[in-house]
Amino acid sequence: MPKIIFITSDGTERVVDAATGQSAMEVALDNLVEGIDGDCGGLAACGTCHVYVDPDWIGKTGPAAPGIEQEMLALTDNVQETSRLSCQIKISEELDGLVLRMPEAQH
Amino acid sequence: MKTQAEHAEIARTIPLDKIDVSNPELFAIEALHPYFARLRKEAPVHYCAESAYGPYWSITKFNDIVAVDMNHKVFSSDHTNGSFVLDDTTLNAVEGGISLPNFLGMDPPTHDVHRLAVAPIVAPQNLLRFEAKIRERTKNVLDSLPIGETFNWVDRVSIELTTMMLATLLDFPFEDRSKLTRWSDVVTTRPGYGLVDTWEQREQELMECLAYFQELYAERKKLPPQPDLVSMLAHAPSMQNLTPTDFLGMLVLLIVGGNDTTRSSMSGGAYAASLFPEGFAKAKANRALISSIVPEIVRWQTPISHMRRTAIEDIEFQGQKIRKGDKVAMWYLSGNRDEEVIDRPMEFIVDRPRPRHHLSFGFGIHRCLGNRVAELQLKVLVEEILARYSQVEVVGEPVRVPSNLIHGFIDLPVRLHA
Repeated sequence: MPKIIFITSDGTERVVDAATGQSAMEVALDNLVEGIDGDCGGLAACGTCHVYVDPDWIGKTGPAAPGIEQEMLALTDNVQETSRLSCQIKISEELDGLVLRMPEAQH
Repeated sequence: MKTQAEHAEIARTIPLDKIDVSNPELFAIEALHPYFARLRKEAPVHYCAESAYGPYWSITKFNDIVAVDMNHKVFSSDHTNGSFVLDDTTLNAVEGGISLPNFLGMDPPTHDVHRLAVAPIVAPQNLLRFEAKIRERTKNVLDSLPIGETFNWVDRVSIELTTMMLATLLDFPFEDRSKLTRWSDVVTTRPGYGLVDTWEQREQELMECLAYFQELYAERKKLPPQPDLVSMLAHAPSMQNLTPTDFLGMLVLLIVGGNDTTRSSMSGGAYAASLFPEGFAKAKANRALISSIVPEIVRWQTPISHMRRTAIEDIEFQGQKIRKGDKVAMWYLSGNRDEEVIDRPMEFIVDRPRPRHHLSFGFGIHRCLGNRVAELQLKVLVEEILARYSQVEVVGEPVRVPSNLIHGFIDLPVRLHA
């Protein structure tokens, strides 16, 4: 079972178990990780599950996909190079140990 | 005027193709829900051939609305293709209306440029700055209310609080803030609905709005950048070539978006507290529920009944052939009552699982920009109400806004219990 590490903007770490096939946003919601809202339910339609993928992991998760994910991130505050919408990151065994940092707030 | 009960019967028996959910009369007495329920069941993508606004499609199911909202390449919001509201006269120069272009009525890439110019106003650091001010005002307003006497919640609480907030966001002269409420109402109301009598009067009042803000703009331009919306527009490099028309268009979007919507949620929240007293008691006993009560208010009220798009190519959608140029109304008010997505949707449930999963802010690139400011104001209001009253009682029939866009109240007679 892959583990995902969520880190809040003030540095608090939560290590949670994920099931493969889930999205990182669903993992956060299932484990009541504060700082991920996921209002739209996983369609990249609201931009409230914004995370910064740790640079060491961006090669494995890949960058934000063209289309709605990039379009929504273009309108999101404080976007960085490794910004993703976590609902678009599908958890696999390969992502065991994935580190995701969260912005100060979701919009 | 027919009653709700009469409309429920008509909704059950009227031929499908005769259903016109855009009729403001239905909204004035909240008679919409039986019509929407029938459309969701029998014609979720429904064509109305004749209405006061011309022919239009209605999208009434939650997931279909999300799909249309996200497909901005086919379902355009751009004012050059149509409008984002059913009534073209609200924002376009047709019949007697005037052109009020703004980023909600733009497609990318222009949309992004305009939206990003004002987006910093709702950045987290600004929200933090606002909270103490919001709390102080909310306390003052509530402390001024009578206990055990009937008063209009809309005037005394909803309009008062949201107008003060809007004045702060714009850094608008506080003593003149009732002008903002007036302009907001004038934008969304056709002549003849009790607010303005003629198109000329509407235009004249909106031109006064423009002139007032042009003065503020000129002052702010001379000063260093400040965190208010007028200053942001004056200093944003991307906004230096705004025409007066563009400026007024942007202003009305900010004024209506920052005013009418949260106003309606504040009234709807009080109404819900009265209709669902057991939920109110639960929340009083467990304040942790406030984080789910706030989005539940926004869902249950649904302050914007619809947003409209215009198809810019032919598309087959859920088995229906929508043609280039057709008007498409996404009825958020219906989608938020879709029983396939929302459990017991007519009820106000304070501990609903996943309460944030609602349509009231829209989805996709046009998602509400001010949603966090709205939620912050509602959170503070709910906290302060729960700290003060044992019951919020609506003691008479509410008077509603006769609009298919603004889903709100004109009069909500409330009595507070200590």
